[in-house]
Amino acid sequence: MTARTAGLGVLTLVALVLLAFVPRLGNPYYLALAISLLQYTVLATAWGMFSGPTRYVSLATTAFFGVGAYTVAVLGEILPWPLVLLIAAALGAFVAAIVGLSTLRLSGVYFVIFTFGLTELIRQLVVWFEVNKSRVLGRYVFVDITQADIYWQLLALAAAVFLLGWLIARSRLGFALRVIGEDETVAKHCGIDTTFAKVALFTISATVMTLVGAIMAPRWTYIEPSIAFNSMISFQVLIMALLGGAHRLWGPVLGAVPLTLLFELLSARFPNTFTIILGCIFLLIVYMLPRGVAGLIEKLAAAPGGKTTGRVAA
Amino acid sequence: MTNAILTGLMLGGMYALIAMGLTLQYGVARIMNLSYGEFLIAAAFASHWLFTGWAISPFVGLTLVVPAAFLLNFAIYKLLLTPLVRRAPNRDALEVDSILATFGLTFVIQGSMLALFGGAYYSYSFLAFPVQFLGETVAANRLAALGITILLGLVLYLALTRTRAGTAVRAVAVDPFAAQLVAINVPQASALTFALGGALVAAAGVLVSTFLTFSASSGVVFTMKALIVVVMGGVGNMLGCLVAGLALGLSESLVASYVDPGLTLAVNFALFLTVLLVKPAGLFGRATR
Repeated sequence: MTARTAGLGVLTLVALVLLAFVPRLGNPYYLALAISLLQYTVLATAWGMFSGPTRYVSLATTAFFGVGAYTVAVLGEILPWPLVLLIAAALGAFVAAIVGLSTLRLSGVYFVIFTFGLTELIRQLVVWFEVNKSRVLGRYVFVDITQADIYWQLLALAAAVFLLGWLIARSRLGFALRVIGEDETVAKHCGIDTTFAKVALFTISATVMTLVGAIMAPRWTYIEPSIAFNSMISFQVLIMALLGGAHRLWGPVLGAVPLTLLFELLSARFPNTFTIILGCIFLLIVYMLPRGVAGLIEKLAAAPGGKTTGRVAA
Repeated sequence: MTNAILTGLMLGGMYALIAMGLTLQYGVARIMNLSYGEFLIAAAFASHWLFTGWAISPFVGLTLVVPAAFLLNFAIYKLLLTPLVRRAPNRDALEVDSILATFGLTFVIQGSMLALFGGAYYSYSFLAFPVQFLGETVAANRLAALGITILLGLVLYLALTRTRAGTAVRAVAVDPFAAQLVAINVPQASALTFALGGALVAAAGVLVSTFLTFSASSGVVFTMKALIVVVMGGVGNMLGCLVAGLALGLSESLVASYVDPGLTLAVNFALFLTVLLVKPAGLFGRATR
């Protein structure tokens, strides 16, 4: 077990170092594609960190992504970059804690409904604030950040997310969350503070999403609420995490990579019917792969021919 | 002030009408239908097409669109949702699965409408003349829509409380397992109720199209409103639906006229959260957990 963990650690490090050289290839198209891949990988993994074990379906990814992007749009020119990121993260954590505290005590379906509208709510509030208080709708982002910088920051964030997820899975918090996912009533009777566990993980996951939004913001030179709070992101992240399998830390990546490539291809070739294709893919995943690719791999591994159960790699 | 209240009541009546179908679908068939608003918009487009293309009045259009929607939703339940009902080990699992499946359906319907009609806003002029009502001037189409809403609500209420089939449906809503013990065909009742909910949202779509502009992508807003009303009123409760719809409409109209029209959604959510925090089962809901 420890040898295996160490081996995995070395492999991950090697992969990270290799990935860090992608901007050096000098091809802007591949760099842009790599940024998209990393963006969705981090978002889907963060989504799975909370929704996987708790089985609470969150549709609020865009809300946090947008908060991050907007923080950069407002503060990017005034403050040094690390401080901007820090403020964005703090803001995301703050919003997530409020949302979590007020909704996570409710039953799962109500949570879905609330997160479903949360993006729209925050967008309306931002629009209202910009129109009435700052008298501008839409801001220019002038920060000295190159595409390669965005890539490296996302890569670092991805590494941090996986490390964090690995640590959480091994902590008391991770165990508590798995019990909640199995049966929330049982968890309560075992003396687990279910509200605390859920809010804590929701906040962590949302902070990561906010940081992705902040890091991605310099990619656009002009930001307005409909760009920053584009609800398509929530949907795509959800599909990716479901396809990959949200019950494993490494599951969402298996969905994020192929689907990012597919969406890239489809949105370029079929811009008009993209939504229909998106819906059909979604339905296929729900009906064919209820436990995602990760679930399929485990099933194959656990079949009479296979040797390992695949449980170790979580 | 009278004007704001009257507008609020009409808006609230519309919300109640829109949410009626959803509360049936969710309360009885246990399908949390996230594509609900898309069905409303589809009916609105159908009505628009009948009116501008064939000069068929929306009131006549109702008799065409509503039965079609009933059949379509029945087919959707049988083909798309029955596999999920069979697969789900318990109610919670079915809820999550139905959310995901209808969510995918949302994109398919919305994408089809975008491909057919584009992203532009549509409206048509029907009964668009002012009339005097309670000392205020209101549009005749809104008043007519309100009248039909009240009629529909009344018919539905009587059907649910006074007929044998209605009693069976209410029994399924309370406890599907016990309902089976008294010889109620639960899968059949669920399918029919889901279809009935679909027919109601189609009626709402036709009525809404007579006085609101709509586009292929505005379904989500209606889904949101319907969900909020259903949850606030207590799932499966017709009276709750009416009260919550009116409360929502009134608060929206008052905030729009006296505070800021840009904050209506914020008011919706504030109301939604407050009700849920005080009464987690909704205003008229039974506490189940």
